[in-house]
Amino acid sequence: MKLYNGGKIITGLVIFLGLFLTPLAYNAGKAAYSQPKLKMPVNEKECVESKDFMRTKHMQLLNEWRDSALRNGKRVYVNSKGKEFEISLQNTCMKCHTNKAEFCDKCHLDASVTPYCWDCHIQPEGLKK
Amino acid sequence: MNAIYSLLLVLALVVIATLGAGAAKMQTIFAYCVPGTAFIIFVVGFVCKIISWAKRPVPFRIPTTGGQQQSLDWIVQNKWDNPSTGPQTAMRMLLEVLAFRSLFRNTKVVLKHDEGKNPVVAYVSNKWLWLFALLFHYSFLIIVVRHMRLFLQPVPQVINALEFMDGILQIYAPVLYQTDMLILAGAGFLLARRLFDAKLRYISLVNDYFPLILILAIALSGMYMRYIAKVDVMAIKEVVMGLTTFHFKAPAGIDVSFYVHLFLVSTLLVYFPFSKLMHLGGVFLSPTRNMPNDTRMLHYENPWNNPAIKPHSYEAYEDEFREPMFEAGLPLEKNPEEAA
Repeated sequence: MKLYNGGKIITGLVIFLGLFLTPLAYNAGKAAYSQPKLKMPVNEKECVESKDFMRTKHMQLLNEWRDSALRNGKRVYVNSKGKEFEISLQNTCMKCHTNKAEFCDKCHLDASVTPYCWDCHIQPEGLKK
Repeated sequence: MNAIYSLLLVLALVVIATLGAGAAKMQTIFAYCVPGTAFIIFVVGFVCKIISWAKRPVPFRIPTTGGQQQSLDWIVQNKWDNPSTGPQTAMRMLLEVLAFRSLFRNTKVVLKHDEGKNPVVAYVSNKWLWLFALLFHYSFLIIVVRHMRLFLQPVPQVINALEFMDGILQIYAPVLYQTDMLILAGAGFLLARRLFDAKLRYISLVNDYFPLILILAIALSGMYMRYIAKVDVMAIKEVVMGLTTFHFKAPAGIDVSFYVHLFLVSTLLVYFPFSKLMHLGGVFLSPTRNMPNDTRMLHYENPWNNPAIKPHSYEAYEDEFREPMFEAGLPLEKNPEEAA
């Protein structure tokens, strides 16, 4: 059966399909995606909290640490196992996680996250020099 | 009642996903089979619907006219509200689609009183619908585009920039997206006006409430994942990339809220081509918007006219029926004697 204004409508449909199939075309022929492998610290096995906790809630912890240290002046963190840590990004976190590119950026780039830690803090690469 | 049915429907969907992916451990089905099928139904359904609309002829040239039409040279034409050429109509469509110009003209009837305290019916400007509809649609668009961070690898710079701009207020961690707040405000208003305006409540059906409540539930489940459950984004990216590259891996360690969110989105995709949500494509095919008002310059042929039926002028008609009309005493241009 005849289409009315077929040319224009088909053009519109091609644009629609183009937009919605972009992800398929963009990823076409690429290998299966796997989560990035992080370079783990060599001399320490346990982070301040469990791996599962750190995977999903590290940003929340960092936010609490910032408020605790800078706004309340409280610099001691007691974790779920009762162990004490100094609340400090430079001296506690970055003691083990020395390389931003090999650790933080791995997931943050893939998840398109831009944390504002480094607006104030010196990046870990800077520490290595 | 219609609102409650819609709410119950959405809650049932949430329960299905919670039980299916959570208790029954059918993660693979809920992560790959359901959304994959839903996407195919959405795309094929959308295209079929548009093609079926394209097959229907428009019998008349019926653009709505919202201003002065093209007339004498010294009368100013309102080119965007009463276009008479193709480019002007394209401009009108563009403004309609991007700025919801026809909603901006929305008015409501109110009862006012003149100086003598006599009641006067008045029509006043009513911009709330336009404002919140705009907020809702643009937030939804930004949210969908922002989600491409999970669909594309490497993530394009445009998506990074959009992601950054949307969270530029840097409230809380993970940062709060402005669009999350705005879509709740937009969709919330659209729902509230149906619930609290008696006239609108009277004409609102399940298929008005259901998509609104469904979209609200999608937004809320997404926000729950990000701000409260703090789901494992990298594990989710692995699943989503599995869908777009056709390399399916058994999902592991993802909070059940992800499956609820995904199931609601799949429902929206399946529902889309068969519902009022098709205004996404339908707005471009509205004869009242996409036709120039040029009936005084060009003859519009009804596409379903039978070409075998020739035009029949009044003179020819009178020639054919002069005798019976004369006998019935009807007024005639020419009497039988004059015609003979």
